[in-house]
Amino acid sequence: MTEPVLEVTGISKQFPGVRALDGVAFRLFPGEIHALMGENGAGKSTLIKVLTGVYQADEGRMTLDGAERRVHDPPHAQRLGISTVYQEVNLCPNLSVAENIFIGREPRKFGRIDWARIRRRSAELLARLDLDLDVTAPLGAQSLAVQQLIAIVRAIDLDAKVLILDEPTSSLDRGEVERLFGVMRRLRDDGVAILFVSHFLEQIYEVCDRVTVLRNGRLVGEYPIGELGRFDLVSRMTGQELHDLEQLEEAAPAITRGRRLLALEGAGRTGAITPVDLEIHEGEVVGLAGLLGSGRSELARLVFGAEAADTGRVRVGEETVALRTPRAAIDRGIAFCPEDRKADGLVMDLTVAENIVLALQAARGWTRPLPPRRRDELVGEYIRKLRIQPPSPGTPVRNLSGGNQQKVLLARWLITRPRLLILDEPTRGIDVGAKTEIQKLVVALAGDGIGVLFISAELEEVLRLSHKVEVLRDRTLVAELANDGSLTPERLLGTIANGAS
Amino acid sequence: MKRRILAAAAGAALALTAVTACGDSGSGSGSGSGSITLGFSQVGAESGWRTANTKSIKEEAAAAGIDLKFADAQQKQENQIAAIRSFIKQKVDVIAFSPVVVTGWDAVLKEAKAAGIPVVLTDRAVDSDASMYVTFLGSDFVEEGKKSGQWLVDQYKDSSEPVNIVQLEGTVGAAPAIDRKKGFEEVIKSKPNLKVIASQSGEFTRAKGKEVMQALLKAHKDIDVLYAHNDDMGLGAIQAIEEAGKKPGEDIKIITVDAVRDGMQALADGKINFIVECNPLLGGQLMEIVKKVHEDQPVERRIVTEETVFDQEAAKKALPSRKY
Amino acid sequence: MNPVNAVSRANLARLTRHRLFWPVAVLVLLLVVNAVVTPGFLAIRVRDGHLYGSLIDILRFGAPLIMVSLGMTMVIATGGIDLSVGSVVAISGAMACYLISEGQGLAVALALSFGLCLVLGLWNGLLVTRLSIQPIIATLILMVGGRGIAQLITGGQIITIDRDSGYREIGGGHLAGLPVAVLIVLASVAAAAVLARRTALGLLLESVGGNAEASRLVGIRASGLIVLGYVFCAVCAGVAGWMISSDVSAADGNNAGLWIELDAILAVVLGGTALTGGRFSIAGTVVGALIIQTLNTTIYTAGIPPRTTLVFEAAVVTFVCLLQSPAFRAKVGRRRPGGPVPPPTDPPSADKKVEVPA
Repeated sequence: MTEPVLEVTGISKQFPGVRALDGVAFRLFPGEIHALMGENGAGKSTLIKVLTGVYQADEGRMTLDGAERRVHDPPHAQRLGISTVYQEVNLCPNLSVAENIFIGREPRKFGRIDWARIRRRSAELLARLDLDLDVTAPLGAQSLAVQQLIAIVRAIDLDAKVLILDEPTSSLDRGEVERLFGVMRRLRDDGVAILFVSHFLEQIYEVCDRVTVLRNGRLVGEYPIGELGRFDLVSRMTGQELHDLEQLEEAAPAITRGRRLLALEGAGRTGAITPVDLEIHEGEVVGLAGLLGSGRSELARLVFGAEAADTGRVRVGEETVALRTPRAAIDRGIAFCPEDRKADGLVMDLTVAENIVLALQAARGWTRPLPPRRRDELVGEYIRKLRIQPPSPGTPVRNLSGGNQQKVLLARWLITRPRLLILDEPTRGIDVGAKTEIQKLVVALAGDGIGVLFISAELEEVLRLSHKVEVLRDRTLVAELANDGSLTPERLLGTIANGAS
Repeated sequence: MKRRILAAAAGAALALTAVTACGDSGSGSGSGSGSITLGFSQVGAESGWRTANTKSIKEEAAAAGIDLKFADAQQKQENQIAAIRSFIKQKVDVIAFSPVVVTGWDAVLKEAKAAGIPVVLTDRAVDSDASMYVTFLGSDFVEEGKKSGQWLVDQYKDSSEPVNIVQLEGTVGAAPAIDRKKGFEEVIKSKPNLKVIASQSGEFTRAKGKEVMQALLKAHKDIDVLYAHNDDMGLGAIQAIEEAGKKPGEDIKIITVDAVRDGMQALADGKINFIVECNPLLGGQLMEIVKKVHEDQPVERRIVTEETVFDQEAAKKALPSRKY
Repeated sequence: MNPVNAVSRANLARLTRHRLFWPVAVLVLLLVVNAVVTPGFLAIRVRDGHLYGSLIDILRFGAPLIMVSLGMTMVIATGGIDLSVGSVVAISGAMACYLISEGQGLAVALALSFGLCLVLGLWNGLLVTRLSIQPIIATLILMVGGRGIAQLITGGQIITIDRDSGYREIGGGHLAGLPVAVLIVLASVAAAAVLARRTALGLLLESVGGNAEASRLVGIRASGLIVLGYVFCAVCAGVAGWMISSDVSAADGNNAGLWIELDAILAVVLGGTALTGGRFSIAGTVVGALIIQTLNTTIYTAGIPPRTTLVFEAAVVTFVCLLQSPAFRAKVGRRRPGGPVPPPTDPPSADKKVEVPA
């Protein structure tokens, strides 16, 4: 290969409380499609934002075509030949296709916009990518996939040497993805360097030439795609240190299976999760494993009624129910701690005590407030039990650390005495001590006969806690593995990487 | 989502149109063949004064046998321009209108002129060239202010004791508020002992008139005269004066402008001392002008509404036959 | 620094951090300015068996604004806004006065007018919840259309009613030495406080306004609460409409309550409730409304020319808003050596994610 068109070395970026990038190096060669892989918090989006000038790196150097450069802002990046197309197309749906391609840089003739040239040039550009469109039609009339292709056309006409595609495929169907890949390959053959981000493993192997893996803000490595098997890729992304898993304090907890709590029978939701069969019993911990974007959270939200299923049946106990709203699920004893605590869980304006009683109070309705004494008892009891710090009910919940915020969320549901508890990434971003406490709590709750649906990106945790593990991949449930001692981390990783064996 | 909003807004707009359409029923009734057709565009129905004005025009048109096409602009200039254009299209004989605002009439007035249709302004003026319209029929607000001031000067002609006046102005920037203040202050300048000690806007409403007067009574212990730019503010102020333990009309002399029914009642009851009429009943005068214009007779370029003044005795006599 | 000084400084810091400190400080400042400009401003005398004085006037003429702001607080807490309150003020006054002028009894007039306000609030609430129209648009419909309804009721006239009908008592009467309007406000504020804090209504409203998605996921049926907020707001505006029309014994469909929605929103914001919803303060709103009314009185008595009153108001409001902005206070404090130390910002939590719009 020739010289890299874009190279960064020693890039670091610090945010309050988080080191998002720590000495990361990255190379992009002309005429390649390069995958950037990593789990949540690995630093992918921060790196892209540094490359496109949204953020300024604290440390590190960047060379473009061999010359050292600093990118000041996104327009500057564009002038330097680095263009980005985001998942959400940020063009103007009310303008025509041609206008969108030339917006902000319209060719002029005698001071007036040269519309004829805009239309001719747009048609040429589109033809280059085998797109036959009416360039005067409004952009909004095109499918999302075509809109994305038009965004790419706009980007490459800016003489892009580097094209960054940030999750362009997440809302496209199979045929549209093929079309996009065709365009990407054609651009690669023309010598454009493409940086491709996707959560779909299959797509990486289908279209990419090389892959760079990040984890926790650090560079794990750069590999030709043919030399890195799926298993290795996933284990490098998730960073499962396999020897750690051998040191589990206890074997998989004894199965004390009770009555069936919930069953999904072919329940699914178009665009979110393909139909799933799943059973959860009293006292059972069911782990959901899979990469980011594999459909873990979507499945959890389906069970809770946060998004209603549009196919199949859901049974609670023996009764077939329509879980169309969270309220319906809550009334049947289902509780849900969402992944994004701040956006979907806590009400940051309110105090610890108010957040804790919220679910119980919502169930009682506003006319039947919890008696103040009962409320104080309950809140005090759970602050003690879960060791919430600081132990003062009147503190605004925004002032708590992540781990304690998570405990507040758990306390909120525990005081409602749920029969099924859904925990979506309950231990993410919290310190080790709080993590262990929450894991112990899950075991104890199962011991009390509560069913738990446990989601975590950390396989170690899933293996340690779950009675059975459901493996998701590309929004599909691909395997159900009983955690009976024969389930090794290697097998789990292999299933995540390659699908059902 | 956006479509929904639009639909709802459109629905509301329809409902509104329906409401105003109801208010208009009875208009455009005249069908006398061979008679004069008058297109009239009214400002809206924003006050009791305006309603009386509309009623007078409709009644007098019917009485004069003039075919009236009446359009309510709902206080929007674009509605008014549209109405005038439709009058031009219908080839009415005369167009009359009370302009919503002062500016922006050149284009549509030119169109009327080109179509050979004479235009009469009523009640309010425009800033277009005077050649664009035949005449302007309306009150002279400065004159109303002068009449108010003159009565006061006459009252105190033999005294040189200081007289403290408070003034309740109309809505800031409104032509009647500016002119009534100007005319009044011009006249009282002739007597140095007549002094305006406070002047605040009561926004032409009773509630504000009362609120402002209440505060002024606290701030100034020795108010002799109240001059209010309309009856409504005066009526509100009367309540404030009574609550302060003073007798309106005696402890504090009160002058107002308009002469609406409630004001006349207060005048007859002795709570107001003097009212300068601002006459909304210009229907009769308008119809005469329309006839003259139609017959190509010359008319004055500026015709002031026939207006009078009332003291307490005159009010008692006029009250039983007061229409508005 | 000696220990005593340190303690008193700490107390002062705690006091200034109280959410009501700045609004109350501004109110006090305005009252002091008035007392200086107008001798006897603070005096309260007994006249005809009831209290009389400028302070009483502020309470009395401020009563309708406090009522409207009280309702507005609840709506804003849900993350909404109600622009239609001014029109509801006009409609309720027009309805009551029309019925009384038609010879109906006081009770019938008030009951029908009250019922109409309930319907109007329900209309707003349902547009916002069932049809998911943005509150500012949904209530704009009634803001514009409501004036038309009020005009329709009054027939475009100012309806004057007999001053002995008993209706006058609501806005102009006195009871136990105090204006009835002030007593109604006291009762309403107390009722609202009880409703908000003794039931779970306040908590659930704040939750819905603070984080709508989290509230949905916790099982709060937000639409019922939001409708309730709009109905409460319309009823408060309705009562304010009675006060305004009964005070002058006349209903003015065109001018009653004109632009009061803006004053009410301002009062809520001055009182420390964020327009984005969530935490609300009833006491703060009352203080905010009193600031606005005192400001009006200041303008009348200080003889500020009507032409410049809007500029004066804008200047004061800007000043108050700046005072309430922690960012502004921190900036000013930093520039002044020895000035108060800005309060510490929240400690960043471990998993804080910094979002930058792409």
